[in-house]
Amino acid sequence: MLKDLFRKQKRYITVRPGTVPEREEEKEPLWIKCPGCGEILYVRELEKGLKVCSKCRYHFRLSAPERIAATVDDNTFQELDGDLQAVDPLSFPAYRPKLSSAEQETGMRDAILTGQGTIEGWPVLIGALEPNFIMGSMGCIVGEKITRLIEKALKERLPVILFSASGGARMQEGVFSLMQMAKTSAAIARLHEAGILYVSVLTDPTTGGVLASFATLGDIILAEPGALIGFAGRRVTEQTLKEKLPPDFQTAEFCFNHGLIDLIVPRNEMRQILAQILSLHSERG
Amino acid sequence: MPNVILDFEKPLLELENRIAELKQYAGEKGIDLAAEINLLENRLRELKKEIYENLTPWQRTQLARHPERPNALDYFKLLFTDFLPLCGDRCYGDDPALVGGIARFEGVPVTVIGHMKGHNTKENLARNFGMPSPEGFRKALRLAQQAEKFGRPVISLIDTPGAYSGAGAEERGQAWAIANNLFAFSRLKTPIIVIITGEGGSGGALALGVGDVLLMLENSIFSVISPEGCAAILWKDAQRAPEAARVLKLTASELLSLGLIDGVIPEPLGGAHRDPEGTADNIRAEIRQRLQELRRIDTEQLVAARWSRLRRIGCF
Ligand SMILES: [Zn+2]
Repeated sequence: MLKDLFRKQKRYITVRPGTVPEREEEKEPLWIKCPGCGEILYVRELEKGLKVCSKCRYHFRLSAPERIAATVDDNTFQELDGDLQAVDPLSFPAYRPKLSSAEQETGMRDAILTGQGTIEGWPVLIGALEPNFIMGSMGCIVGEKITRLIEKALKERLPVILFSASGGARMQEGVFSLMQMAKTSAAIARLHEAGILYVSVLTDPTTGGVLASFATLGDIILAEPGALIGFAGRRVTEQTLKEKLPPDFQTAEFCFNHGLIDLIVPRNEMRQILAQILSLHSERG
Repeated sequence: MPNVILDFEKPLLELENRIAELKQYAGEKGIDLAAEINLLENRLRELKKEIYENLTPWQRTQLARHPERPNALDYFKLLFTDFLPLCGDRCYGDDPALVGGIARFEGVPVTVIGHMKGHNTKENLARNFGMPSPEGFRKALRLAQQAEKFGRPVISLIDTPGAYSGAGAEERGQAWAIANNLFAFSRLKTPIIVIITGEGGSGGALALGVGDVLLMLENSIFSVISPEGCAAILWKDAQRAPEAARVLKLTASELLSLGLIDGVIPEPLGGAHRDPEGTADNIRAEIRQRLQELRRIDTEQLVAARWSRLRRIGCF
């Protein structure tokens, strides 16, 4: 089940662009054990290093605000459609309380943060999914915000970058969620016809309906090392096959080896690679 | 009578058996039991109406998955003439879980595609239970693009538990294949009519679901997750699938009132499997009317309207 992908991780104070993170000493731990190598890491050091283990290069998950902060130039990010609030079109059992606690936990209204900013000076429309908001799942608001971002890109002829981190379509919004796959994909098809660049970055984890829609439609598809990337959950696949799968199954490396993505880019090189891509697609050259 | 009788249909079966017994007895003994038989036949008619007009979402799910429900090739035979099957994705293989080709609809050439289930275990094993691999989705897209080239409308029939979740499917880019269909079908310059005939299971269904009109047979279902999967997540208990079927709003009438589909095609009393010809007649009438409407619209407008339909979904 996709739920397994979202083992509770230690949460950190949100890094808003241009602000210094504050720490509540008694709530946040000073030390954390790296799941990659078992090394005990000093949290403050880890955050300075974009949450990548200095010893084994394990990439810890980033929240959407952390992702944006790590990607765009300081003080350039302007959020778009931040007022859009999650909806419950089916009056689904236990969904409203789930939304409220996700809101409280992440400080976000749904599972995506979108906006405009620059990367090494290149203007870009950018979005990042929030893996801690109901597993980063895509419901109406995620679909709508991505669509609006693309519509703005069409109007202003700006490139689009989307960072995915998601368990897939959001069950609680039923077919409305499912149709967001079609909606976002069709929006990207219009962007494609208009000749506008779209870069998709797959981060840990990108699965299900998000992978089967906008996340795999980039002109260029990048991924972070070690990210879990797959359509069906590993357990589902194992049950289907009744056999154990290789350890690298459904990782960024597995996808790269099968020709499904362009490049695996370590987090500390991401900004530079994105800037290079933007530069290669700009009229200024 | 179908071979597989669902739980909620058992009272009907008992009554039908009783009528048959009486008829046989009357014939053998030369006794006139017409009055009794007539009474029971009236009762049967009433009971049928009562049962089939008050189906729960879970009962409809069972009808949608009924092994004897007409499959894509059954419908191709019933709805079209001159069906020419076309195979392969031109890259890796041919997927038996997804069929397609060219045929005539009331004389006019059309491209037809559909998920393909079997009617029994042997057929289902051969068809992978109607769960396509990437090759299947790529074949569907290839045939649809061929339809665009030759100006043929596309008729797409959906009936799948979902996309196949095997290791090979992952290696060959299952998610990439589905996404690419959503992307490409949304801009295809030819009319596309989509009909969910049985199970509309998640992304694997949607990969054949982007078009100008989305219709559902009365007892078909369309859902982001199976009721069993939903129950397992919500209540850690797949046995509660009937409840999950209710909360998911997966029936044709519910999805129509939510504005997510464009129409419901009625099925003969008792479901499509009890009267495939009658069901096909209803589908035929709908295709005829929709095709007539869509062919009047020029392609630019058609594609623009297809986009605005999708664009509206999920704005509250
Ligand atoms: Zn480490």
